Amino acid sequence: MPEFLQWSFMQNAFLTGTIIATVAACVGYFVVLRHVAFAGHALSHIGFSGAAGAVLIGIDPLWGLLAFTLSAALAMGLLGDRLEGRDVAIGIVLAFALGLGILFLQLYTAYASEAFSILFGTIMGISRAEVVTSLIIGIAVLLGLGVIFRPLLYMSVNPIAAEAGGVPLRLLSALFLLLVALAVSEAVLVVGVLLIFALLIAPPATAMYLTPRIYPALGIAVVLGVLETWFGLIMAYYTGYSASFFIATAAVAAYLLVRLLVWRGVIGIRSTRLTAQPATADAA
Amino acid sequence: MAVREAQQQPALAQDRPIVEVENVTVRLGGRPVLNDLSFAIYPGDFVGLIGPNGAGKTTLLRLLLGLVPPSNGTVSLFGHPLTRGNHRVGYVPQHQTFDETSPLRGRDMVALGIDGFRLGLPLPSQEKTAKVNRVLREVGADAYADSPIARLSGGEQQRLMLAQALIGDPDLLLLDEPLANLDIRSRRDVVNIVCSVVRQRNIAVILVAHDVNPLLGSMDKVIYLAHGRGVIGTPDEVVQTDVLTRLFGFPVDVIRAQGHILVTSAEEGGECHA
Repeated sequence: MPEFLQWSFMQNAFLTGTIIATVAACVGYFVVLRHVAFAGHALSHIGFSGAAGAVLIGIDPLWGLLAFTLSAALAMGLLGDRLEGRDVAIGIVLAFALGLGILFLQLYTAYASEAFSILFGTIMGISRAEVVTSLIIGIAVLLGLGVIFRPLLYMSVNPIAAEAGGVPLRLLSALFLLLVALAVSEAVLVVGVLLIFALLIAPPATAMYLTPRIYPALGIAVVLGVLETWFGLIMAYYTGYSASFFIATAAVAAYLLVRLLVWRGVIGIRSTRLTAQPATADAA
Repeated sequence: MAVREAQQQPALAQDRPIVEVENVTVRLGGRPVLNDLSFAIYPGDFVGLIGPNGAGKTTLLRLLLGLVPPSNGTVSLFGHPLTRGNHRVGYVPQHQTFDETSPLRGRDMVALGIDGFRLGLPLPSQEKTAKVNRVLREVGADAYADSPIARLSGGEQQRLMLAQALIGDPDLLLLDEPLANLDIRSRRDVVNIVCSVVRQRNIAVILVAHDVNPLLGSMDKVIYLAHGRGVIGTPDEVVQTDVLTRLFGFPVDVIRAQGHILVTSAEEGGECHA
């Protein structure tokens, strides 16, 4: 066993990090596919206020996170599946929630470090009980995603045909946002509110540059997210700097590297038919 | 206005109508979008639904899909009242853009037409793959079905959308502006594919278009809509100066030249004099 895994705090960090990176990558695949990155971003920041409120009344920040993100997801889901005007509505809710968060922190001045850990994550300070909690939430999210997977995919690529085929767009959209809220609440434990995109968006976005196939893209996203998380933890252990920093750096580096290689034509999706159809003589 | 049923009823008595619309009015926000519309469509009918923007073409399709309720009148599909999510109806919505950054293979999108509405994971099976391959060949899209949809041309995307709508073996196909944004060659290809699908499967299709010309020679009937009112019949019966003048409530000229039809008006051009 490597030296860093002999410590129980590192074991907990690896277990939680692996669970959360997996869940975030799977949910993130649909966040990217459905273009709801801003909603995911907003949920994490709204979660910050929830966590700050929980600290204020003396309960586990995770419960505050869950309470705020789930209610915000429900509200966003009720706004419907239409994109017009939704970003504005989300932005307004976000501004109000962040304002509340700042108030909560001011009211509870004793623990500035709590705010820091909510914003940037506390992966090295996870207890065994928290590992179990994140495992339970993670399994619940993956099961939920598995149940709505096919209609969610259908309405993500072809919403009008899906609606005509009997897919309840509004209900599924709201259910999906609830899953995003759960995944985001979990991921905040690892990377904090500010770096949520490192696990939620970057790995699936990177994977989608590599393959147009559904399950391979999901698989690559999970592997990338998990490897980036492990890398961050190991680097944090040996350097003493924040794991969140290394995870975010690895995620961005992988994304940029893949984009560079795809752009240079070294790797990536190839069209089966590279040339245009031959022009026929009867151009008229 | 009562709609003229110019078309003779088919002689074959065993052909029961696929779509029967009787005196249907649809109001959206209090405004009548479709007004006292009646028509019937039979198996094997290639119907062009023609009209200017705002004439109610998309509303008529949404009515047949059960997404918009009629305010008056009755609609029956296959002899039964309308239901939403009827899998005997295949539907291709108006052109949508596919995003380069979130790729998906054409083949996966087509497969969603089989059971995309069902909960669970889309697991591949031999039966499904065979079905997808069959319908891809039918529309001539097998060569590029493994490419990301966003990389394909408008005509290629349209064929894949058609394959998705056909894979559930519908008896009625609704195509909303499949020819929009296509070049002349792709327009001709799409019309030919739709035509051969209708003939071989003996199903009915309603194809929405702005212009009758790409459909001449392929369609059996035309529904011409204007201001929510409509006329149905063969192209020769409907696209006539007197019929369209009555429909538009405005002097309209129908000019036929070299197999093309030009619908215009002597009064077009305005009357703004100095």
